[in-house]
Amino acid sequence: MFRCMLAVILVAFGAAARAEDSIRIGLTDPMSGAFAQTGQQNSQQAQYLLDSINSKGGALGRTFELVTYDNKLQPSEALIALQSMVDHNIPFVWSNAGSNVAAALIDGVEKHNARDPDHRVLYFTAGSTAPELTNEKCSFWFFRFVPTTEQFAEMLVRALPPEVKKVYLLNPDYLYGQAMQRDSTKFLAQYRPDVQAAGNELIPVGKVKDFSSYIAKIKASGAQALITGNFGPDLSLLIKAGTEAGLDVSYYTVWAGTGGTPTAIGPAGNSRVFALQAFNDNMADEQGDAALKDLVTRFRATHDYDFDAGSWRAMFELLQAAIQKAGSTDPAKVAQVLEGMTSRDMLGHEWAMRAEDHQVLMPYYVSVFTKDVKYDSEHTGLGWKVIKTYEGKDLALPTTCKMKRPAT
Amino acid sequence: MSGATIRRRGGARRTWWGSWAWFSALGLAVLLPWIIFDWRHGRHDGFAVALLTQTAIMSVFALSYNMLSGQSGLLSFGHAVFLGLPAYVTIHVMNAIAAGHLWIPEELLPLVGGISGLLFAALFGYPTTRQRATAFAMITFGIGELVTAAATMFQGFFGGEGGVTADRALNTSLLGLSYEPAIEVYYLALAWTVIAVVLMRLLARTPLGRMAEACRDNHERVRFLGYDPHGIRFCQFALSGFFAGIAGALYAMTYEIVTYDAVGATLSGNALFMTFIGGVGVFWGPIVGAVLVVIMQSWVGLVSNAWQIYVGVLFIAMVMYAPGGLAGLIVLHGPVWQEGRIQALLLSYARVALPGLLAVLGFVALVELGSSVMLGEHEKGAVRLFGGALDPASPWLWGGGAALLLIGGSIARRQGRALAARWALIAEGTSAG
Amino acid sequence: MELLLVSVLNGLLYGMLLFMLASGLTLIFSIMGVLNFAHASLYMLGAYFAYEISRRVGFWVALVIAPLLCGLLGALIETYGLRKAHRHGHVAELLFTFGLAFIVEKLVLMVWGPTAVPYRVPPELDFTLFSVYGTHVSAYRGFILLISAAMFAAIWLLLTRTRMGFVIQASLSHPDMVASLGHNVPRVFTTVFAGGAALAGLAGVIGGNYLVTEPAMAFSMGPIVFVVVVFGGLGSLAGCFIASLIMGFVQTFAVVLDISPADLLARLGVAVTPATPLAEVLRVPLPRIGPFLPFLLMVFMLLVRPRGLLGTRDT
Repeated sequence: MFRCMLAVILVAFGAAARAEDSIRIGLTDPMSGAFAQTGQQNSQQAQYLLDSINSKGGALGRTFELVTYDNKLQPSEALIALQSMVDHNIPFVWSNAGSNVAAALIDGVEKHNARDPDHRVLYFTAGSTAPELTNEKCSFWFFRFVPTTEQFAEMLVRALPPEVKKVYLLNPDYLYGQAMQRDSTKFLAQYRPDVQAAGNELIPVGKVKDFSSYIAKIKASGAQALITGNFGPDLSLLIKAGTEAGLDVSYYTVWAGTGGTPTAIGPAGNSRVFALQAFNDNMADEQGDAALKDLVTRFRATHDYDFDAGSWRAMFELLQAAIQKAGSTDPAKVAQVLEGMTSRDMLGHEWAMRAEDHQVLMPYYVSVFTKDVKYDSEHTGLGWKVIKTYEGKDLALPTTCKMKRPAT
Repeated sequence: MSGATIRRRGGARRTWWGSWAWFSALGLAVLLPWIIFDWRHGRHDGFAVALLTQTAIMSVFALSYNMLSGQSGLLSFGHAVFLGLPAYVTIHVMNAIAAGHLWIPEELLPLVGGISGLLFAALFGYPTTRQRATAFAMITFGIGELVTAAATMFQGFFGGEGGVTADRALNTSLLGLSYEPAIEVYYLALAWTVIAVVLMRLLARTPLGRMAEACRDNHERVRFLGYDPHGIRFCQFALSGFFAGIAGALYAMTYEIVTYDAVGATLSGNALFMTFIGGVGVFWGPIVGAVLVVIMQSWVGLVSNAWQIYVGVLFIAMVMYAPGGLAGLIVLHGPVWQEGRIQALLLSYARVALPGLLAVLGFVALVELGSSVMLGEHEKGAVRLFGGALDPASPWLWGGGAALLLIGGSIARRQGRALAARWALIAEGTSAG
Repeated sequence: MELLLVSVLNGLLYGMLLFMLASGLTLIFSIMGVLNFAHASLYMLGAYFAYEISRRVGFWVALVIAPLLCGLLGALIETYGLRKAHRHGHVAELLFTFGLAFIVEKLVLMVWGPTAVPYRVPPELDFTLFSVYGTHVSAYRGFILLISAAMFAAIWLLLTRTRMGFVIQASLSHPDMVASLGHNVPRVFTTVFAGGAALAGLAGVIGGNYLVTEPAMAFSMGPIVFVVVVFGGLGSLAGCFIASLIMGFVQTFAVVLDISPADLLARLGVAVTPATPLAEVLRVPLPRIGPFLPFLLMVFMLLVRPRGLLGTRDT
């Protein structure tokens, strides 16, 4: 038994030693526990995309290698994972789930780079959306390849059809949801002064089991649309309770497209539920080229879940181009090149890494959950169809970031 | 209980042996960062140092938990509150020091955490400790839920989702250290761990500690003797908060960030697991538990995504078969060892251990296969198991794992009964002698 | 008025759903003195079993079989686990069920994955029963109400009107006497635990598709059920029933009543400004803390009356 364990450990170390010549990206996400599937699917989709990039030559003649570290969605564990990556001289640190984890890592990376300048790392995220991360907490070493919740609020508000005159806001009661609520109100005033906010609600995360009382309140308010930042069971339960009570509203959500939610909503959500997405399986079919179509069909053939991380391809390509241009994997050089860099993704839209706060300006989509699609989501018979496309530059918001760049 | 009686019978020789064990454990803790040194790059292994620091913090935390669960018989389901809240206080104090509003030597910061832990525990504890048993457990559970809720809702003190951050390089060290390198924080944490351990050990021997044990065993009689059980429970609770607060301050200094996770249910549950796996009846039991749980979640976590199942199964096995925990098992062997009769047991142990290992192997195989299928790792090719790549779809593997578990388990069970009989025989001989 | 009526209805329904879960827990505690942390896990397993059965054979079969499976599982847990732990005292029992709840969650994660499974309301009950001011009440909610009311009546009659009920109650207070009368006390305990587990399973079958069937459902439902049972008084079925309804109404009306402590202070002539100490806390309106009110109520209840609402002995 112990010999077996030892063998496993030796194999692991052997793998680490062998891989010094590849370009390593250390991914830390929850790999065990209740959110394990998030981390596992992230790493599988990333591996799938990196394989396709590697087959075209990688960067500097070297291939990309993904190394995963469990962080159990705990900031303290993420910092230990960061230590581990530094030990293995991994230059690129990547995490997605949890803005609490991202805040800890930004701070940890900033301090590490100052204290140990010989082993600096570059940190990026494609999943943590708290606006503060590229505002007050912004860092030269941190890049974000996903919009902020502030942009989410703007996208949802601008997606409201003209006939909607009354909306209800319902969000989770912590920093993220409170920000969603504040920003939605702000953008409603800016873009849709004709729309009245019929109600404003904050709910504790994962504590409400019976949403019928909220539904009764929404119904009484006469709202035609509901804007919500809820996710997971809080979102499914809300929509289920609403459809069951015969509540006649459209649900404008941020997260209805994420794993498990389509299953939980089911056919009752047909044409009623809208979600913000960076990618879905039907986009390739509607507007993509042959290469993208091939990427999606191959993914669907080999995986049992939606290819929702397809947009990461553009992120990896930006990183690839930056390494190529910097001529090195030195995080300081790559970070300098990455600032202000632009590229086009496989659908032909522009991606730009804004230099002043390291916030990406990327295309984003509003989709509706409908039967009228080629590829369904999670075997529900319903899938996501794009109804509105935002270009990255349309979503540019001012930043309060005061970037401290290292003296070179 | 049994641990205590054995200790008393052991006399002087055991005390000497005990202190020898303490000093070698401390020596090991001091030397380990240098034993696991990254010679290739000429620097400390950051992961190892981080884990050692975590172990030190968790040891203090688990010991403080045992002041309630072991010494006072109070089962708390919200102990993380008294690590998390002081951690928040400490991080705010660190920021105040950095801003020049305060001057506190960095080495004494854990005291700030300890005192705030004491205050929080006194505040929550005064009403809570009026109750005992299930009511106490449920109140702590409720308080844990409420504080976690508050930590996510209110940003003024708790900093919202990103938590509160600070820089531990404060320039107020009495020893002239910067505390930038993780290794310096580790030694500070270790020093405070030693202080806390010594203090808790001394406390357990004061009349208060003794009365707490008496309260646990028979609180009615304590009342008849003219003591106030509520007062005793309250003091234990407040002091336990003091030590949990020290752990909280070390947490804040190590990670330089405190988020709502620090008051959450996961950490409270961990305190319970560490303490009961390690053993509540023996003073150093929770330390053993802390070491083991940290190893399981971090090192086993490196090779397996199912480490939580192993922790859970180990915990249940302990509760069912060894309520004294690991430390209880070790202490139990003390007298047998001294009488020199341990050899008589070795064969019986081997008879249980061999099939037992097979059963464990089978169980691990099943769990790993299951977890790899669920997480879809097989899409990458095969399951990494016991140093080889295996196909999780193969029925042979599943069947083999199940067979190992069943056959090994049943043999171990039968041999276990024989061992128990033999043990009873020998134990009878020793206690009679 | 319209909102009031709908809210009363909602509160009643939610309270009855809570009662379904809490009754089994109360039953087990009143007879065996065990606070079963794994109770919500059996509820979750009931939902998952029902999902597997209903997609193969149908919902109505699942309604019978899944609770029986849970009951069987409960019997096994009692015989091979709890009884062993019991030798080491009540704390060991409590810890055993705590560990069990932990493992069941991880196992469910492994078997069914971390996201929700498509366990749906059967089409026979998927229609609108009646409407109140335009708010539909589905037939399934009526069904939930019916089942939980029947459950309450059945347990009540079983315990107070049948010979078996007397033996069960006597096993708690006078186990030796019951044993010397020729009853097998351990088997009585096994039966009770299995019965409680089956009730949890039934709640899972019914609640799983009404709510969402996912691995976190035990962890998110468990605490509130505990609160109900402890608040109502450990071991009192009537207390449990009343507590369930109270918690149902409290949570429902908390959502509807939009007031904060600051508003109340303003009515007393004290204005809360951002400079007021604890302004952030004082300005929290009731709906935001609605789901935490049960915890507050429980802590308060235990502090002033540790035996709970109708409990017969201290917790």
